[in-house]
Amino acid sequence: MKRSDIEKELADKFNLQPSQSEQILDTIIEHMTDVLEGGGRIEIRGFGSFFTKSYGSYEGRNPRTGSKVMVSSKKLPHFRPSRELITKLNGGNE
Amino acid sequence: MTKKELADVIHTKIGLSKRESAEIVEFFFEVAKEKLSRGEGIKLPRFGSFRVQSRKARKGRNPATGETIEIAERRAVVFKPSRFLRDAIDKQTA
Repeated sequence: MKRSDIEKELADKFNLQPSQSEQILDTIIEHMTDVLEGGGRIEIRGFGSFFTKSYGSYEGRNPRTGSKVMVSSKKLPHFRPSRELITKLNGGNE
Repeated sequence: MTKKELADVIHTKIGLSKRESAEIVEFFFEVAKEKLSRGEGIKLPRFGSFRVQSRKARKGRNPATGETIEIAERRAVVFKPSRFLRDAIDKQTA
């Protein structure tokens, strides 16, 4: 599903102008990005959580040539689905 | 950050009532959850994409008792952050 499909569902459900649901999606995405950028954690009950993880630099290898390369330190975003989402995905309600 | 905070931002930025903003946020994640549980992926440009991937059945071990157990095939959600989000978070390389 694309972003525009979600916008349409929002507009239909809440009687919004297309431009409004577009703004809503912008707002949600921008705010979540800002929070993660600031090092914060996003916790959406029933859906999952987003957080960032820092990795130190290490010496890795180019898998093709086998030569050593220095992998610099990095910070990456992660998503962890909620128990509820995982259960739902697997068709159960244990 | 929680759903409440997202609703507050929508309320302030877009001017919808607090109650409607909260319902919109709730609906947004509800739709996402529905799609994923039907195996459908979601693409949010500038943020990232979610897709459902199957994990094969495998043999596992109960670490406490050491007994071998069969872990059934299951479905998992995978989040792939967009290049934009990765760069926003990992500024040193951006």
